[in-house]
Amino acid sequence: MSADTPTPKFTGVLGWIDHRLPVISLGYKELVAYPTPKNLNYFWNFGSLAGIFLVIQIVTGIVLVMHYVPHADYAFASVEHIMRNVNYGWLMRYMHMNGAHMFFVVVYIHIFRGLYYGSYKDPREVLWILGVIILILMMATAFMGYVLPWGQMSFWGATVITNLFSAVPLIGDALVTWMWGGFSVDNPTLQRFFSLHYLFPFVIAAFSFLHLVALHQFGSNNPVGIDITNKDKISFHPYYTTKDLFGLFAILLVYGFLVFFAPNFLGHPDNYIPADPLVTPAHIVPEWYFLPFYAILRSITFDISLFGFTLIDAKLGGVIAMFGSILILFFLPWLDTSKVRSANYRPIYFWAFWLLVVDVIVLTYVGAKPAEGIWPTVGLIATIWYFVHFLVLLPLLGRFERPRPVPDSINKPVLPKASPLGPQTQPAE
Amino acid sequence: MASDTADGSNRRDFLQIAGYTALGLGVAAAAWPFIHQMNPSADVLALASVDVDVSTVEEGMAITVQWRGKPVFIRHRTQEEIDAARAVALDELRDPATDEERTTSNEGVTRPQWLVQIGICTHLGCVPLGNRVGEPKGDYGGWFCPCHGSHYDTAGRIRKGPAPLNLLLPPYAFLGDTEITIG
Ligand code: HEM
Ligand code: FES
Repeated sequence: MSADTPTPKFTGVLGWIDHRLPVISLGYKELVAYPTPKNLNYFWNFGSLAGIFLVIQIVTGIVLVMHYVPHADYAFASVEHIMRNVNYGWLMRYMHMNGAHMFFVVVYIHIFRGLYYGSYKDPREVLWILGVIILILMMATAFMGYVLPWGQMSFWGATVITNLFSAVPLIGDALVTWMWGGFSVDNPTLQRFFSLHYLFPFVIAAFSFLHLVALHQFGSNNPVGIDITNKDKISFHPYYTTKDLFGLFAILLVYGFLVFFAPNFLGHPDNYIPADPLVTPAHIVPEWYFLPFYAILRSITFDISLFGFTLIDAKLGGVIAMFGSILILFFLPWLDTSKVRSANYRPIYFWAFWLLVVDVIVLTYVGAKPAEGIWPTVGLIATIWYFVHFLVLLPLLGRFERPRPVPDSINKPVLPKASPLGPQTQPAE
Repeated sequence: MASDTADGSNRRDFLQIAGYTALGLGVAAAAWPFIHQMNPSADVLALASVDVDVSTVEEGMAITVQWRGKPVFIRHRTQEEIDAARAVALDELRDPATDEERTTSNEGVTRPQWLVQIGICTHLGCVPLGNRVGEPKGDYGGWFCPCHGSHYDTAGRIRKGPAPLNLLLPPYAFLGDTEITIG
């Protein structure tokens, strides 16, 4: 059961085409024969799931554009028109809306999988960086998409987020006016967001392709985190096509439940009120997938001064912390100095990882709360921990942590000591 | 090359530097229209000023009008509100400004009962509450921004919360006793 299947020679019409345009043999090599570690667990399903949700977003999005009107005077009404008049319009919109939620669920799990199993380490740094670029593009796309229905949350979310850029020293105000195309969020803003919301998913698709090229250069990492040879790999098809399909059906149950039974559960009711530039909703909250970053933004409520001179005021500080919390991921392959990939063999990192998961959940919770009472303090502590994890803990752990012995083969952990299958796999001691 | 100079540079180096500089300038010049098209268009910039009749605004009341897509707060302040604003020492303020400065129009006319401001929180752009009857006015009797909790006093000065600046003042002028031109 090894993956050294040679690519077959295509004959007939396929062969004629492949000789001139070798995409058929390329597809076979990368998607059918592609050697994959045989020990991947279900956390390895989320990459292909993310790709499927990207396709769902593009297909439902293109259909929505056939009915949607990108103009401040008509956008809200056209979305209601989609919901009430267009055949299956409600389905298309609810699939798109909840597809975005599912996309983020899947991608966040995918990222935490990478964090746990050290998938960002040598030689997969570029693969990881391409992933972070995709995450940033996704956030921009979802943010601009949320503006399109032109409800109260669309309008005020856009106002608050674009105003972040006014914190940039010197050019801040000019930058914001440039982004708005006016002196407030208005029709020019809506139209450019629409243009970019249509464009960015295709840029994401291009980066996903590069992400796959980088992946196939060295192949998938695996739960044990060691480099393995083709002897311990199996062909992608039928083994992982089947497993990915099973995972897809499971996640479609969740997606289907949301679309058909709780389509607005993750949304905000205020977005069914048409945008009103004169009235701000009492409590502005971004979509759940932005909450941790929003909490980090709001946690900086103090100026950073040196000798009584304000270097960074609270507003700029919050903006730097928020963008920094994402940009820091670009440097992760070098911040984590440990050679051992999988957290299964790193006794301290194992707990650091789970603490980070808890920390991000706390930030999510704080992001949804009004900035009152104990929440700003909790948010500040969680923010500090987030940065300590990446900037202090990871570089130090690589030096001071003693990893457990890593097996030299992925077969070791699965074969019990007294296994009748393998007297040859008896432990050394 | 024959034209080599003492320091080892030659004509080709010069041509390369000149060539790349010209190319860079050309690319920047060609990119500018694509960047500048996103700035406010002529019709947006041309948005004229608005004249507001304030004769119906009773003492203690306020109205909100729209100018350049933004809300403008016009408040007819009571004597207590004016006194409260004037009683504050400047060093208590994050963005120091006297009440007179806050109520002086573009042509230098001060009418303390009229406070004209852009109704946009200087933190991240929400519209603060306090202009309508029944809305919370914050700890200092002026405006309260619900988004992240900024409190403004009766002269629209920032007193508490994350906003860095007082509410901005639009350019405005008094036209007679009961009209204000904004813009
Ligand atoms: C990365 C992929 C995408 C994501 C994450 C995404 C996300 C979103 C979100 C969050 C909304 C707001 C939904 C709502 O609350 O109503 C939205 C709306 C919209 N999107 Fe997308 N989108 C994606 C791709 C696309 C594509 C490729 C198109 C067009 C070809 C498109 C067209 C639209 C339209 C027309 C709307 C407004 C209608 C509505 O609000 O339902 N989207 N998108
Ligand atoms: S926008 Fe007013 S406090 Fe943040």
